[in-house]
Amino acid sequence: MGMTMTQKILAAHAGLDKVEAGQLVLVDLDLVLGNDITSPVAIKAFEKMGKKQVFDKEKVTMVMDHFAPNKDIKAAQQCMMCRDFCGAQEITNFFDVGQMGIEHALLPEKGLVVSGDAVIGADSHTCTYGALGAFSTGVGSTDMACGMAIGKAWFKVPSALKFELKGKLRPYISGKDVILHIIGKIGVDGALYRSMEFVGEGLASLSMADRLCMANMAIEAGAKNGIFAVDEITKAYVKEHSDREPVVYEADADAVYEKTYVIDLSEIKHTVAFPHLPENTHTTDEIDDIPIQQVVIGSCTNGRLEDLKAAAEIMQGKKVAKGVRCIVIPATQRIYLEAMEQGCLKTFIECGAVVSTPTCGPCLGGHMGILAEGERAVATTNRNFVGRMGHTESEIYLASPEVAAASAIAGRIAAPEEVLK
Amino acid sequence: MKMTGTVIKYGDNVDTDVIIPARYLNTSDQKELASHCMEDLDKTFASRVKEGDILVAGWNFGCGSSREHAPIAIKASGISLVIAKSFARIFYRNSINIGLAIVESPEAADAIAEGDVITADLDNGVLHNETTGQDHKIESFPAFIQTIIENGGLVGSIKNGSIA
Repeated sequence: MGMTMTQKILAAHAGLDKVEAGQLVLVDLDLVLGNDITSPVAIKAFEKMGKKQVFDKEKVTMVMDHFAPNKDIKAAQQCMMCRDFCGAQEITNFFDVGQMGIEHALLPEKGLVVSGDAVIGADSHTCTYGALGAFSTGVGSTDMACGMAIGKAWFKVPSALKFELKGKLRPYISGKDVILHIIGKIGVDGALYRSMEFVGEGLASLSMADRLCMANMAIEAGAKNGIFAVDEITKAYVKEHSDREPVVYEADADAVYEKTYVIDLSEIKHTVAFPHLPENTHTTDEIDDIPIQQVVIGSCTNGRLEDLKAAAEIMQGKKVAKGVRCIVIPATQRIYLEAMEQGCLKTFIECGAVVSTPTCGPCLGGHMGILAEGERAVATTNRNFVGRMGHTESEIYLASPEVAAASAIAGRIAAPEEVLK
Repeated sequence: MKMTGTVIKYGDNVDTDVIIPARYLNTSDQKELASHCMEDLDKTFASRVKEGDILVAGWNFGCGSSREHAPIAIKASGISLVIAKSFARIFYRNSINIGLAIVESPEAADAIAEGDVITADLDNGVLHNETTGQDHKIESFPAFIQTIIENGGLVGSIKNGSIA
C-alpha cells in the first residue's frame, strides 16, 4: 500500500520508511511559528517545560500581526512579551512592526518554508504552506512550546482526500472561488482529521497566490493540511524566494485516498459563503440584492499582490458606493511596496478605499474595521462565524478579491462583470 | 479519571470564536478568559456554569481558530469534561495537551440532554446518565495519547522527559 504526499513527508520527518493512516508519530520540525496572540501562551508553557533554550534559534519564528500595530495596552504587553523572549533567545526570525506582515503571506515570501518541509504554527491557517508542497498544520500554543523546546510534534498520520483538478479558470475567477466551491461541496468538517491533496493538470492554471489561498482554507473544511503537488510553478517560486533546496514528495501510484473529487476549474463560478459558515456557499448568479456596509480586501487568504492587482483592475476609475467603507490591507511590507509601485494603492485611494498597514486586524474582529450591529461585510477573509468581525448581529460574506472589489463599487454583493460592463 | 456533573448542551460547529471571542485574546489570564467563555453563543454560560459541569455538543466542536484560549477558558470555567459527536482536530489536540478531558461519542452526545447528571468513568470507558439510568460505552485513547494525559499533558511530558 503506497503513501500520500503528506504521509511521505511525515515518514521522512519521523525517521521511518513507511507510515500509515492512524499511526501516531513524533515528527522533526523544520519551522515552528507563533503570533502575538498565541506565542505568549506558548512562552509560558515553554518556561514550565524546564528548557532554557529553544531547540534551534533559526527554526523558531514569531510574527506580530494579529493585534499589531498594538491595538491596546494589553496587546502591547503581549507583543512586548514576544519581543523580550525572542531577544533573550536570539531568535533570528522575529518579525515586528516594520518588518512584519501577515504570517502566512510573510513566511513563504521570506523563503522560510520550502517544498518537503514539516511545519507547525500556533495559528490555524498555518496549513497555507501546503501550497509549496510542504506538510504544514495549525496547532495550539502548548504544541508550539513543545516544538520550541524539542523541535518535534506528535501527529496521528492522516488519511486523505484527493482533489483532481482539470481545466482552466475563467476570467475574474480565482483560487478563492475554487476553495469556497469545494468547502460548499464537502462541508466544514468534510475533511476532518484528513489531508486534502490537490493534483492534476488543472494546477497549471493556478498561480502561487491561488494555491496559497486554497491551502489556507483547508482548515475551513476541517482538514489537518492541504497540500499541492509540486510543479514548475512551485519550483520557480521557491527558487525566487529561498536559498534552501526544496525536496519534492510525490504520492505513490497506489496511495490510498478515501475519496477522489474531480473538479473542473472551467465550471467554477463566483462563489460567496453566506453567514455564518464557510460551507454556506452560493454563486453570484443565484442571489438577490444584498446591500453591504463594509468591504475588506486582505488577510492571509487574499492579501497578496495578485489579489490587490485583481481588485485594483476592477476598481480602476470607479468610486466606492456611498455608504460602503472599503478597507484594503496589503499582507506584507513587500506587497505594500509593490502594490504602490504598480499603482494599485493610488487606484484604491482615488476610488475612496483606505489602505492599511499589514495586520490581521478585522479578519478576527481585532481592530481596523469592526462591524456594528446589523452591518454586513463582504470580506476576502476566511471565516464568517457569528461575531467574527464584530457584533454578534453582524454578517460576513466571504468572497474573492474580484467579487469584493465589485461589491464595494456596487454597494451590494456583485460579480465583477456587473460593474465592468 | 472519574467525574460527575450536570450537562450544559450546545449544537453543531461550535467554533472557537464563540467559545472565546478574539476581542478577549489580548490576555491569557485564565480567570478573565473564563469570564467570557461562550459569550457570543450563550451569554448566560459564564454565570450559570458550576464547577464539575459537563459540556455536551454536536459535530465539529471547537472548529476554527487554533487559539488554545478556547480549551483554557472552558477548563477554567470549571467544566470537567466535554462530550461531542466529533471535535475539530486542533481543539482535540489542544485539549489533550492542556489536560482538558474530552470524549468523542455521537451516540452519547445525541442521547444526553441539557440538565442531565452524568458520571463519567474514563478509565473503564463508561458514561452513566444518573438522570435516565442509561449507560454509554466510550473508546479509550491510544496508548501514546494516554501517556501524555498521565504525564499531566504535554508540558509535564517534556518536563519529565517522556517525550524528547
